[in-house]
Amino acid sequence: MMNFLNDWGLVLTIFLPLAGALVMMAIPKQSEGAIKLVALGAPLAAAAMGILLMLNFDYGDSEHLQFMVNKNWIELINSNFILGLDGLSLPLLALTLFIVPLVVIYSWQHVPNPGNPKAFFTLMLILETAMIGSFLAQDLILFFVFFEVTLLPMYFLIGVWGGEQRRYASIKFFLYTLFGSAFMIVAFVALYFLAKAPTGIALEQLRALGGSYADMQAGDPLHSFGMQALTYSGAAGIAKTTAIVIFGGMFLGFGIKVPMFPFHTWLPDAHTQAPTQGSVILAAVLLKLGTYGFIRIAIPIIPVAARAWAPIIGILAVIGIIYGALGCLAQTDMKRLIAFSSVSHMGYTMLGISTLTAFGLNAAVFGMVAHGLITGLLFFVAGSVKERYHTLDIKRLGGLLISAPKMGWILGFATMASLGLPGLAGFWGEFPAILSAYDPAVGLNVVLFRTLMVLAAVGTVLAAGYLLWLYQRTAFGTPSEEFANDPNITDVNKFEWLAWSPILAGIVILGFFPGLIFNVAGPAVEVIARTVGG
Amino acid sequence: MWFFTHVWIIPALMALSFLLILFFGKKMPKKGAEIGIVFVGAAFVLALLTGGNWIAWSNDNPEGHGPAAEGAALANVDPSCSSVAAEAAAVGEGVEQVEGKTAASEPAGAEKGGHEEVATRPVVSCVNWFENGDQTISIGTLVDGQSVLLLIVVTLISLLVHVFSTDYVHGDRRYTHYFAFLSLFTASMLFFVLSENTLQMIVGWELVGVCSFALIGHWWEEKPNSDAALKAFLTNRVGDIGLLVGVIVLYFAAGKSFSILDLNILANEGGISHNLLLIGSLCLITAVMSKSGQFILHTWLPDAMAGPTPVSALIHAATMVVAGVYMVARLYPVFFEGLSISGSSVNALSMIGAITALFGAMLAFVQKDIKKVLAYSTVSQLGFMVTALGVGAWTAALFHLFTHAFFKACLFLGAGSLSHACHHSFNMVDDMGGLRKIMPKTFWTYLVATAALAGVFPLSGFWSKDEILAGTGSFPGTQGANGEYHVMLVMLLLAAFCTAAYMTRTIWYAFYGEYRGHGTPHESGPRITTPLIILASLGAIAGIVNLPAAFDFLPEGAQTRFEHYVEPVGLYFPAITHAGFNPALAVVSVLVGLAGIGLAYLYFFKDAFAGLHGLAERNKVAAFFKNILVNKYYFDWLYTTVIVGFVKGPLARAANWFSANVIDGLVNLVGKTAVGSGNWVYKNVDQKVVDGAVNGAGSSASGVGAMLRLTQTGRIQQYAALFFAAVAILAGVFVVVIG
Amino acid sequence: MLLNQFLLLSAILFTIGVYGVIVRKNGVLVLMSIELVLNAVNINLIVFSTYWGIAGQVFALFTIAIAAAEVGVGLAIVLLIYRNQRSVDIDELDEMKG
Repeated sequence: MMNFLNDWGLVLTIFLPLAGALVMMAIPKQSEGAIKLVALGAPLAAAAMGILLMLNFDYGDSEHLQFMVNKNWIELINSNFILGLDGLSLPLLALTLFIVPLVVIYSWQHVPNPGNPKAFFTLMLILETAMIGSFLAQDLILFFVFFEVTLLPMYFLIGVWGGEQRRYASIKFFLYTLFGSAFMIVAFVALYFLAKAPTGIALEQLRALGGSYADMQAGDPLHSFGMQALTYSGAAGIAKTTAIVIFGGMFLGFGIKVPMFPFHTWLPDAHTQAPTQGSVILAAVLLKLGTYGFIRIAIPIIPVAARAWAPIIGILAVIGIIYGALGCLAQTDMKRLIAFSSVSHMGYTMLGISTLTAFGLNAAVFGMVAHGLITGLLFFVAGSVKERYHTLDIKRLGGLLISAPKMGWILGFATMASLGLPGLAGFWGEFPAILSAYDPAVGLNVVLFRTLMVLAAVGTVLAAGYLLWLYQRTAFGTPSEEFANDPNITDVNKFEWLAWSPILAGIVILGFFPGLIFNVAGPAVEVIARTVGG
Repeated sequence: MWFFTHVWIIPALMALSFLLILFFGKKMPKKGAEIGIVFVGAAFVLALLTGGNWIAWSNDNPEGHGPAAEGAALANVDPSCSSVAAEAAAVGEGVEQVEGKTAASEPAGAEKGGHEEVATRPVVSCVNWFENGDQTISIGTLVDGQSVLLLIVVTLISLLVHVFSTDYVHGDRRYTHYFAFLSLFTASMLFFVLSENTLQMIVGWELVGVCSFALIGHWWEEKPNSDAALKAFLTNRVGDIGLLVGVIVLYFAAGKSFSILDLNILANEGGISHNLLLIGSLCLITAVMSKSGQFILHTWLPDAMAGPTPVSALIHAATMVVAGVYMVARLYPVFFEGLSISGSSVNALSMIGAITALFGAMLAFVQKDIKKVLAYSTVSQLGFMVTALGVGAWTAALFHLFTHAFFKACLFLGAGSLSHACHHSFNMVDDMGGLRKIMPKTFWTYLVATAALAGVFPLSGFWSKDEILAGTGSFPGTQGANGEYHVMLVMLLLAAFCTAAYMTRTIWYAFYGEYRGHGTPHESGPRITTPLIILASLGAIAGIVNLPAAFDFLPEGAQTRFEHYVEPVGLYFPAITHAGFNPALAVVSVLVGLAGIGLAYLYFFKDAFAGLHGLAERNKVAAFFKNILVNKYYFDWLYTTVIVGFVKGPLARAANWFSANVIDGLVNLVGKTAVGSGNWVYKNVDQKVVDGAVNGAGSSASGVGAMLRLTQTGRIQQYAALFFAAVAILAGVFVVVIG
Repeated sequence: MLLNQFLLLSAILFTIGVYGVIVRKNGVLVLMSIELVLNAVNINLIVFSTYWGIAGQVFALFTIAIAAAEVGVGLAIVLLIYRNQRSVDIDELDEMKG
């Protein structure tokens, strides 16, 4: 069993959805039942594989990559097919495997206009493969490939199944992200050429990490894309200024994906126009690729530059928190408001990352998962509201608790979770991040970070403000005349229950047992924090 | 011991009750109410048993003095919860660390009226909650006198409110949800009370806040109710900034530990710098201001009366709003050292408390709504407690919390009973009156509770208020207090005077004169009156648990029981001193109360029966009272005269105005500005500049493309011409460069 | 040697050819102009072959062969265009417009 998992576990988890997509190609368009069965079966198979992996995962050793796969891939550039699972990847892998089947279940009854479930689910399965691959890849090129492959299905999901301005939104999403990736790949290539094998460490170790060639000597260029090898060599041989520029490239690539403050404008458009399923996946998983990239790649590989960039990231994160919240207050569209709240919430995650401490990074990992669940749920509910009311204009909504009481309760639950109520998952992403800013890594400006801490704490008030304001205007009160006796407005249906109740349970469970993530990710981020000297 | 280590069962019971009601409540014959009552009853019994065990545990305390004993007293603290306590428990260590402090605390022990004060033995148990980085964060329970006291108070009031509610909200559209939230609230409050670390406190603190939000907005169909709920939640969130920052500062100050014992012991022994403690305590005071309705963040509390009345009694009078007081009491060393309470005459905590006590009391005069009067009265009484903590009278604060819970809950439930009879109106001026005969049980319980609140001897309010007044250490003869807080004493006496007067006013409006509402009022049923009678009795007699030590004519062991069992002694608590009982002060405080009551009468007499005064004229007052209410002029006159007559009148109006316009206005302004600037930033910066730049890049690319397109005519010859031109130019360049 | 004169002749022929390609409207004439250009190149190749050996002449023969093929294909295209458009005016052929 262990052997099988070691060899095939991760590969199967990644490619089972893709296999599902291939199978689906063979199914004729008319037999929707079979299509949906495959669409649900493939992610469930991947999830089952994931559960097997998680059951066999050595939690006492979560700082090391497990179930490693290391095969030659593109020998010309010494890029290898390296996969691995450690405490940092595990929560995100779990999140992805958790969310996608729920999205499929939610789509069971309503594939958005213009229909065509075959194409819709095929894209979703490809997307899942790409997302899982990004979280498991341990080679920069492999990561980059998966990272970019996520773009295409999402582009089509928005562009074909989206709202009225879907073309604008999808192109904006695509170009914006691609713009960032361009800088990112340049940074990767620069690392490949500039990183050198450091003196004074065992080269065998470096070779074992899959990053070098046989006759390499200390001081030789590393010529490797292996994340482990690069991390191990600690960016030796790269001058500080060069390192800062390289980090800048990655910052653009990952920061746009997060999205950080000045690069966030694609997000509201993409979310507003995307179909519900797209919004959920985008918010729940895709945004995390950015923050994950920071923690997995940018910070450990070039820690020198990370320290230089940390204050900037911190400042932008806090601007994002406050600014996103202000943006929320100005919104009249429910989905757009939730989208802006993502900017604010991801700000907490980035603040945690910018402290470069184990505590902060761990808070960021928790924040990613919590935000994925909570915002995913919020988008689900918003989608269902839109389906019933045919509008998301906050001014026209109201009285959801009367029209569809259960949905109103779920929305209330999600807003409470989103505003960081202790006992629910959101709190553990927010409070520890704020806390970590009090005591950033050695060498960072303490006064600056403490100021950021207070500002971030102020952000929690604004968050409560816009979320409760949203809730008051959509759920409280009585329904307006136009919707008062609308027979289309029904309460939560069977498929929505199936899709939502696991998320509800997840939010509560993580709220009461934060150790489920903290304990797993802790050792892994601690190693990273140590490389930065935090 | 079993009860102390398994005390978590009590909140867990209530949490279970919440889930059961939520999922199965609607299917039950009584719609879930019975689940709540059974569980809260069980919780109450367990709390009582825990209380009994605590008394036995304290009596069973091994004799012994000095640092070694104090260290040994911490032996029941799980070392994984508090490393500092564990260190101190290793006796030798304890001796070393506290040598300096204990010398000062010796006289305090000696002064405690003959009772040997031995170190309290708190029981702390915990489990590993999660690990973050190199930090292990635990979750557990801290049992000592203070938490046991609150356990009993919360479960008792909650039980009575449950019973009361079965009648009061009978047939409500969300009856089941109402009981579910009562259970959740009780669970959260108990969780908060038993917190072993500050992180847990935050969790409980916010959870009770959200229950309060849900219950204030119980009838959310009407906008004012949901507005009030939002206001309560947001105001509390503002205070929570202070809580978050304060807890974070103290976490690092205590060497990366959330543990309350770690923090307290370190603060007490000077292990944390004064500045850090000052910053921490000031941050936490912000939180207290919002949660416990202290000036200037008190405005949400009167609005919170939009919720059902039993909720006001439970949450917004007896339990949740005292969370701030409880937190200060819990982390007392931080405040005691941070604010240098001992030996000074003014500090932030006492100042805020005294201002709140006085201004809150004055605001109560101008309210028509009986619940608002009681709400402002709560604000004012919370001010008393906070002042008490600020002046170092820890026990007095907790004692007042204890007595106040009974008589204020009684008053609120009484108001609920009144409104139940008067078509759900709380407007005592327009819709009540003359209910004394019709609702005798409500009347008598209300009267007793009012007298207790006004501090009439020998009801419970008298004892607790007197202790606070003595605790200021300002009155001649109250030696032994922690400082001399003259301003506070004066303000509190004035507040006590106002309290007596406005409560008299509510009694007149509600119970005297003629009935002014619609329909025929009736006495409420037994499920409403029984809780009233219980609470009124407790409000009357609760004072005996802490009779002054000076009453040495009583049998040994009858005095200062409350202090003995509730106030901790030991490393984790500062060496506070206690003011002795002063008969003169007691007489003054009773006189002040009576003067308030008396003068309140006089204002109704003065016009018609000049020269007459005294309490005997009650019925004639009632007759005249009717005239005043018939005439609107009298009504206005009453207000102006009462206000002018009490001298502080203009101030009360100013305070009301300030409260309604400046503070509320500021809140609104901040809200509007935030929305406005949000709008502005969104419209101008976000949509134009940032987005503009993005769009600009796109359009400039497409513009260049359009220009280039012009060259694409499709004419082969033109292409050829361009081609040759290009070749020619390149050739030229080649010749020039190479040649 | 008359190298310069030959090169001059070739340049003149080339220029005339280019001029014809760019200016003439008639497709057949454009093809003929292309022949001129190619022949200008041939002259150059042959002239230089007197200096650098036989390779130039081989290339010239090769070019002639290619040119013949090119004219064949070109004329066929022109014929087809005439059939479709009833004209061989190159200005009317702007199907490649972007």
